[in-house]
Amino acid sequence: MKNLTFHGGIHPDDHKIISKDQPIKAVHAGEKMYYSVSQHIGAPAKPIVAKGDHVCRGQMIAEAGGFVSAPVYATVSGTVEGIVKKRMPAGNYADCIAVANDGAMEETPYETASIDDLTKEQIISRISAAGVVGMGGAGFPTHVKLSPREPEKIEYILVNGAECEPYLTSDYRRMLETPEKIVQGLQVIHKVFPAAKCYICIEDNKPDCIAMMQEKCKDADGIEVKILRTKYPQGAERMLIYAVTGRKVNSRMLPADVGCIVDNIDTVVAICQAVLYGEPLMNRIITVTGNGAAVPGNYYVPIGMLMSEVIEHVGGIKGQPEKIIAGGPMMGNAMFSLDIPVTKTSSAILILSRDEVSQMEPTACMNCGRCVQACPGGILPTRVADFADHGDEAQFLAFQGMECCECGCCSYVCPAKRHLTQSIRSMRKILLAKRKKG
Amino acid sequence: MSELLHVSSSPHIRSKATTSNIMLLVLIALLPATCFGIYLNGPYAAAIIAVSMIAAVGTEYLYEKLMHKKITVTDGSAAVTGLLLALNLPVSVPIWIPLIGSVFAILIVKQLFGGLGQNFMNPALAARCFLLISFASHMNDFSTNSWSANKIVDTVSGATPLAELKAGGTPLLTSMFAGTIKGTIGETSAAALLLGGIFLVVMKIIDLRIPLTYIGTFTVFYILFGGHGLDPYYIGAELCGGGLMLGAWFMATDYVTRPITRKGQYVYGIILGLLTGLFRIFGMSAEGVSYAIIFSNLLVPIIERCTRPSGFGINPQKGGKQA
Repeated sequence: MKNLTFHGGIHPDDHKIISKDQPIKAVHAGEKMYYSVSQHIGAPAKPIVAKGDHVCRGQMIAEAGGFVSAPVYATVSGTVEGIVKKRMPAGNYADCIAVANDGAMEETPYETASIDDLTKEQIISRISAAGVVGMGGAGFPTHVKLSPREPEKIEYILVNGAECEPYLTSDYRRMLETPEKIVQGLQVIHKVFPAAKCYICIEDNKPDCIAMMQEKCKDADGIEVKILRTKYPQGAERMLIYAVTGRKVNSRMLPADVGCIVDNIDTVVAICQAVLYGEPLMNRIITVTGNGAAVPGNYYVPIGMLMSEVIEHVGGIKGQPEKIIAGGPMMGNAMFSLDIPVTKTSSAILILSRDEVSQMEPTACMNCGRCVQACPGGILPTRVADFADHGDEAQFLAFQGMECCECGCCSYVCPAKRHLTQSIRSMRKILLAKRKKG
Repeated sequence: MSELLHVSSSPHIRSKATTSNIMLLVLIALLPATCFGIYLNGPYAAAIIAVSMIAAVGTEYLYEKLMHKKITVTDGSAAVTGLLLALNLPVSVPIWIPLIGSVFAILIVKQLFGGLGQNFMNPALAARCFLLISFASHMNDFSTNSWSANKIVDTVSGATPLAELKAGGTPLLTSMFAGTIKGTIGETSAAALLLGGIFLVVMKIIDLRIPLTYIGTFTVFYILFGGHGLDPYYIGAELCGGGLMLGAWFMATDYVTRPITRKGQYVYGIILGLLTGLFRIFGMSAEGVSYAIIFSNLLVPIIERCTRPSGFGINPQKGGKQA
């Protein structure tokens, strides 16, 4: 069978070789930890600790601020130093609970459970209590995702193992090193939606992961591995759903509207930890890579640690970096400071030197149409970006500018080096804000 | 250290393609036809090409200098226009013809409408048509010169093979394919142009949508209305002659003046094929590629409007969810 794919997309150099063979190594927490109360989409969590309180590792320090929200847990033991404003990778400030690590690593006990004893409601409440959010980047609270309006209409559960962003290898290592947990986590979700088919979706540039997961899924009932053609942005939710099920989700729909639930590999592992072992979400795998990373690799990092400390702990920076990016090169945020804590959604720290980063003056569009070919959202990026630049909201909407998923393919292929994605993204932000208000 | 980091919007990596290397590849793709034109027509053809290219680049430079704009001649688009215009001229023209043509192409058709990407008509073809109308006697003079006389088998004096065909003659198909016929400097050798076209496709500068729908539609139209049915001789002659290859591979695929939408490109190719057929069979002249292309250029905005993609997951016709 031909490997599954979608229309459009690009094939950038993947650079995964830098870190793909590095086993996951644990990083010890730093001296000061900062826990952002907004590590997810939705209402910020409400702090429930005060300055001077002693906290243990695994203790809840901020409770969910609503249904679409998620609690935050301490990942070290120590003393709460208060609430401070810290910059986030996107450049905004967020309230963070500062905890001074006492190094003792006192840990609260966790309550394990067996999947057979749990009801659907219990599973979802355990996920919710553990603060699990989508770890692929968006940070949508997982318990919300698992509570669709019409649960009986969910036909597919897709585990997103595409990892289509260049450089990133954390999901790759996850699949190779702890495949059982992925299967267990998926079985937990399957229990919530017993009628659904479960697919673990992997790009064909990771044959070892495919073989590994196929091996592990052999005896698991209702779980299958789907092989995707390697192409960016195969891991974008809408592209993944289309590739596997042939169903199309537009910007105003949720995957559940077409009977799908999509979860990232790391999220599924977090679900397994939360439901079966009672552990809250406290760590995540971060790929530290790029030719500016002295020791590139995949690291198991406690949430709340400062990026600067993570980099220092794993060997530091080599040479003069030009850009340091939180996330992948296609959709990640360039940071102008490393005084930023790791959150539930930080997938990578990418340290790029000058020759890896393109800086080019944008020139006139010559209508070559490369962006149109590459756009997985099926729009005309060059036209839409023009409307965005001119502030023409009506035409922007008429040309379906909202269907842009900000994957960056258009900017990547543009020979005139126009900042198409940036223009479209800015206009989308304005219009999304209006949509919310109206 | 933190102050030295660069911050920009994603994506942080870009492909290596640039406007100037695309234009360079187009120039390379035109090399076989250019070289053949010079081989066939002698050093004077080289002079025409040189004057045309220098005038095109020079006009662009001067205009941008005088208008205090950023100088963009290094992107190579003016050079491509100059070369394409020269390839569309007969070798017998006086040397001021390419000069006027290039100035017209760059100044009137391209820069006055806003420069690269803004012109609504292919500059080289618009200039050619301007010259055809203004200096008809020079532009229709396809007589051989001392250099090409021994290479071209002359049957009807001063007529291109298609004109000969229309008048009832039978030009040699093999020489039409190879290019040892009368015509403009760059249009005669179907073989050299095909080679360049294939190069562009292989290098992914163009795709096959427009050239194939254009040539395909024209062929079907010619079979239906050409009066010679499926006779391969006539079909072959019509395909090799009259600048169809130059037009289909290099002019109709001009980024700026063709539709950007996928569906639109098919529509555009079909319209080109129909118009070329119409002009050749029912029109006065034996050729018609130039007029077909610049006329179709004018239809591009309408074609684009009608073929705009609906966006991923949005299908109003089928009642897809849009609310």
